[in-house]
Amino acid sequence: MIAEAGLAALWLAAALAGLELLLAVLGLRGRGELMASVRPIAVVQGILVAIAFACLIILFVRVDLSVALVVANDHSAKPLLYRFAGAWGNHEGSMLMWVTILALAGGAVALFERNLNERTLIATLGAQAFIGLGFYAFLLFASNPFERVSPPPAEGNGLNPLLQDPGLAFHPPTLYLGYVGLSVAFSFAVGALVTRDVGPAFARAMRPWVLAAWIMLTLGITAGSYWAYYELGWGGWWFWDPVENASLMPWLAATALLHSVTVLATRDGLRAWTVMLAVVAFSMSMVGTFLVRSGILTSVHAFAVDPQRGAFILGLLVIYIGGALTLFGLRVGTVKEGSQFEAVSREGALVVNNLLLSAILGIVLVGTLYPLMAEAMTGEKLSVGPPYFNSAAGPIALLLMVVMAAGPLLKWRRDDWRPLVARLAVPALLTALALLALAIWAPPIGIFPLLGLVLAAGVAAASVAPLWKRKLRRTPLFIWGMVIAHLGVAVALVGMASETAFTKETLVAARPGETHRVGPWAVRFDGVEPVAGPNWTAVEATLTATRGTSPARTLTTQSRMFYAPPTETNEASITTVLDGQLYVVLGNSDDQGRWQLRLWWKPWVTLIWIGGGLIALGGALSLLGRVLRERRSRLAQEAWA
Amino acid sequence: MKLRTVRIILWAPLILFLIFVGAFATGLIRPESRVIPSKMVGKPLPQFVLPSGAPGMQGLSTADFAKGEPRLLNVFASWCVPCAAEAPQLTQLAEAGVKIDAIAIRDRPEDVAGFLGRWGNPYQRIGSDTQSAVQIAMGSAGVPETFVVDGKGIIRHQHIGEIRPEDVPAILAAVKAAR
Repeated sequence: MIAEAGLAALWLAAALAGLELLLAVLGLRGRGELMASVRPIAVVQGILVAIAFACLIILFVRVDLSVALVVANDHSAKPLLYRFAGAWGNHEGSMLMWVTILALAGGAVALFERNLNERTLIATLGAQAFIGLGFYAFLLFASNPFERVSPPPAEGNGLNPLLQDPGLAFHPPTLYLGYVGLSVAFSFAVGALVTRDVGPAFARAMRPWVLAAWIMLTLGITAGSYWAYYELGWGGWWFWDPVENASLMPWLAATALLHSVTVLATRDGLRAWTVMLAVVAFSMSMVGTFLVRSGILTSVHAFAVDPQRGAFILGLLVIYIGGALTLFGLRVGTVKEGSQFEAVSREGALVVNNLLLSAILGIVLVGTLYPLMAEAMTGEKLSVGPPYFNSAAGPIALLLMVVMAAGPLLKWRRDDWRPLVARLAVPALLTALALLALAIWAPPIGIFPLLGLVLAAGVAAASVAPLWKRKLRRTPLFIWGMVIAHLGVAVALVGMASETAFTKETLVAARPGETHRVGPWAVRFDGVEPVAGPNWTAVEATLTATRGTSPARTLTTQSRMFYAPPTETNEASITTVLDGQLYVVLGNSDDQGRWQLRLWWKPWVTLIWIGGGLIALGGALSLLGRVLRERRSRLAQEAWA
Repeated sequence: MKLRTVRIILWAPLILFLIFVGAFATGLIRPESRVIPSKMVGKPLPQFVLPSGAPGMQGLSTADFAKGEPRLLNVFASWCVPCAAEAPQLTQLAEAGVKIDAIAIRDRPEDVAGFLGRWGNPYQRIGSDTQSAVQIAMGSAGVPETFVVDGKGIIRHQHIGEIRPEDVPAILAAVKAAR
């Protein structure tokens, strides 16, 4: 019954999306009285999809083996949290979650958006409903999550053990909130193109939605990076694999959008560019999500396993992205030019920021799609790895740091070089001191980590500079947001550069009782013993780590064998101290009683994720500041009226 | 930014996107192939000398090829189930007069002996490649794989996966073509 209820809710929501689109189009074409019903329909649609998603979660929690999707991905021995999260750890379920967030975002816009011109808002909701329709069709015709099996089997197949981690419960929903939240920006852009209403009011209305999606995306990427770091047991935090790139590309576009929308809101500049970025950001989400979901990138031919599904997805991409870009080509020429500005100004710095972010986006896009292109043209299989990405994107990212340091210290509209140099004196001094300190104390390190560490010092100083000579308690929240987010970038940069430059690695075949050194640590291998969990068995190694004269720490690390499905994973042992992490992974044993141990000492590595968290926190403060200010000015207006 | 003079640029994103779509569509239409073909086909065998992989059998080296006659080189392992499944086909090929050598991957001689005792021994020589070094040099991605090596020691053909009964004629044809 639950499965059928979910399916029915999904069909109803799809029908409402069709109705919403129809009413929006008719309303904009002169039947103004119809527009009033668009908002409530968007809200009800959101509720219905949420009910469908809740039904799927109930099916997974109950392990209802009469549903095909549950059979394929669930197992009664799984802990409750993973039965719950398993609902979105698969193709159909994650698609349903995607659509749920899409419809909820549309409902939220319908409920809360009060600043936008009504016609543009209706066009926006119409666009959101139009996107929804395509994905409802994809779910209902090509990826039905509620399909039954008869007769039901006695047990399910289980969930990939790598996904049996608390991270799975939180990481995909956050990331999807970001991905799909960008659909609102996309719909805003389409709506504004339809009504030719691109201006500061539009930008101010769009900004909180972009900001909210961007915060979620930042959190999702940060959490995903940490998950890969501790769960995959390779000791790396970013691998440039297509899945990660798929999340990075919308983030880069959204970051650029966030900055250009500020120019549009404050100075009425960059109109066409902002609209373009809004389209690109969500297009990147769609391309990314689906290329990854369909597996076309990791293995081009996983797509062909079900050509119908692949063609369906491609068709949707053509309709939405192609349609939006066509509308852009047709309409943006008729959008009036915004105001002009000088090259040396806050706007100028933000334009450079946008160009550099777009360049990085281009590099990541080319690197991600190149294997696909190469195979389409020559039939050769290849992959593009970190050397390309690091050497191509690294220098641009460092340049971006410099612009980020200088930008907030520039005045809007027009500024001069000389006062800027004076304002940058302290950060520049710190940069020089950092260089000196590294040259004296640090061992020789690569040029990128060196530049990263040195620049981070200057960027950190420059990012708090906007607070200089301000009364801190009266500084608006969104200034605090900017300061903290930029500081977060500097903090993350220190973590990345330090991890790259100073990591120590030891790979040994150790017998129980032996002691091995890694960095400042001495690690004694005490022995192994078997342990068992709810759906796995493992060999657990116990180690004792000591550093200098501080008390010894006991570490345990496991090599786990899951039995449903049978898979082996390594549970790394990670010891966090103030200035870094000790990372230990247990490998296989040889027949002479020795065990492979991989030990890493990663100084300051935690700063990467702390920085990511700070960036998101900055975004959240900024969002709060903007929303509160809007609310205050609206209340003030109402008081006057 | 003078929009009127740069109208073409407004269409650039769409054109770029359509190029990507073209590539995706090609990827979709292409027939499915999960195998990774070796880049060594058409090139001489890599240089190797392997010790014996089974008691009473001679080891295998590059010098055993290039003797004027095409040979099959079967990459297998006793722990590999499809390898057992292809054993009758290898026996059939050996009975048809094809000379077959083998490389046992990450295996122990006593296990290989057990495997041969159970499934038959169509091989002339068996080399033991405990670290997959030769396998990787051959561009072989898994077991079983079978290479046709011509009389000059050049790899002429690669068969990925187990040899099924219906594959035997194709292998025989490849051996004939390598003469």
